[in-house]
Amino acid sequence: MIEIRDLEKSFILHNQGAAVIPVMAGAHLDVAAGECVGLTGVSGAGKSTLMRMIYGNYLANGGSIKVGEVDVARAEPREILTLRREVLGYVSQFLRVVPRVPTLTVVAEPLLALGTPVAEAEARAKELLSQLNIPERLWSLSPTTFSGGEQQRVNIARGFAHRYPALLLDEPTASLDAKNREVVLSLIEDAKAGGAAIIGIFHDEAARDRVCDRVVDVTGFTPVRAA
Amino acid sequence: MTPLLQVRDIAKFYGGRIGCTDVSFDLYPGEVLGIVGESGSGKSTLLNCLAGHLPPDQGEVLFDTRADGPRDTVTMSEPERRMLGRTDWAFVHQHARDGLRMGVSAGGNVGERLMAVGACHYGDIREQALDWLDRVEISGDRIDDRPSAFSGGMQQRLQIARNLVTGPRLVFMDEPTGGLDVSVQARLLDLLRGLVRDMGLSAIIVTHDLAVVRLLADRLMVMKSGHVVEQGLTDQVLDDPQHGYTQLLVSSVLQV
Repeated sequence: MIEIRDLEKSFILHNQGAAVIPVMAGAHLDVAAGECVGLTGVSGAGKSTLMRMIYGNYLANGGSIKVGEVDVARAEPREILTLRREVLGYVSQFLRVVPRVPTLTVVAEPLLALGTPVAEAEARAKELLSQLNIPERLWSLSPTTFSGGEQQRVNIARGFAHRYPALLLDEPTASLDAKNREVVLSLIEDAKAGGAAIIGIFHDEAARDRVCDRVVDVTGFTPVRAA
Repeated sequence: MTPLLQVRDIAKFYGGRIGCTDVSFDLYPGEVLGIVGESGSGKSTLLNCLAGHLPPDQGEVLFDTRADGPRDTVTMSEPERRMLGRTDWAFVHQHARDGLRMGVSAGGNVGERLMAVGACHYGDIREQALDWLDRVEISGDRIDDRPSAFSGGMQQRLQIARNLVTGPRLVFMDEPTGGLDVSVQARLLDLLRGLVRDMGLSAIIVTHDLAVVRLLADRLMVMKSGHVVEQGLTDQVLDDPQHGYTQLLVSSVLQV
């Protein structure tokens, strides 16, 4: 489902003396449908950078990133937008939403964007919010005022609303209590059973061992830097 | 799929100075394009050239008309262009008073666009006007008030209702949230997002507010001194800017 070949990335900071910072070279990765791969490596090794490149959030400088039929490294913005709507989901660590929009709508939005009828989309959103223990009295309020853990759960509910064939998870169990952590892990297991290809970053080792079929150390993708 | 709008090599000069130059892009149905840049970067000049308010000195603006497919709106006759402006196009001005008739009631402002495309049944027009006032969250009992009695945020929402009542396919917006306080801005953003999704609108939004484009625009174009220096997916341009100017622009935003 996801095929990465010879991926390269460097950042050029034009306003800081045009400093060039190479962060990735020769990255290779395959993830099949129904498989979950965990990314490991020390902080700064490039785990999040790799995820963001797969999502099209960071621009690749070389190589290819095939998600289904689309090569994200070369696709037009329009193709990436369609891919994100239909195929590729991303649960980031931060919730970014239009202020004042009710939580229920925030979670239903990925389904509404696909043309799902409002009632059906909201039913799915309610199901996920209950599963993730967000009290019903909060559903009509904007998540911008919620606690960190609550925002994280709203973000997860939103990420799982549509059953994406490919899913990127950036520390989905961070800042969650044991009960909610269990819910998130079972959501991931359900998605796998449903045939989703998943790439995740988990600092929670027990969670990683439970849901990941294998781990890939991204340190191997770091270019050798001149001293 | 045919692009709704194909812009080819548009340029506008003010004497020897560049207004905007070398601008080309395609806009597809349902897409929202943001244009950002500092004051004087040429973004409003470009928007006015695209919307037929300013004649460009060079280039083509091909719009996919309902009747005849893609047609160059730069060379089309004035009456035809005006007809587009009343039907398939809408223009939301930064200052609501430029887009509203201040001496006519709120209902009249909305109804006027309908009459311009042939509606003539008073009851139907009033009913549609009420429906649209409701959609932009203006209470129905204000329908007979003049916009001069409205707050800035209400005037802006009325302008949006007036523009969208005829079901346009392309909306040009010049700083639609400029000059509004932040709580009103958020409400307007939410409204615009919903309308874009439900009506399948395409929009071109000029703004200097990067937070606004992040939430509204699918794609982003960055302008400096009349040139497009960078374009791409909105979040990609903001999170991984490639051009020095964009890097400066993104890093200059004050954090709240």
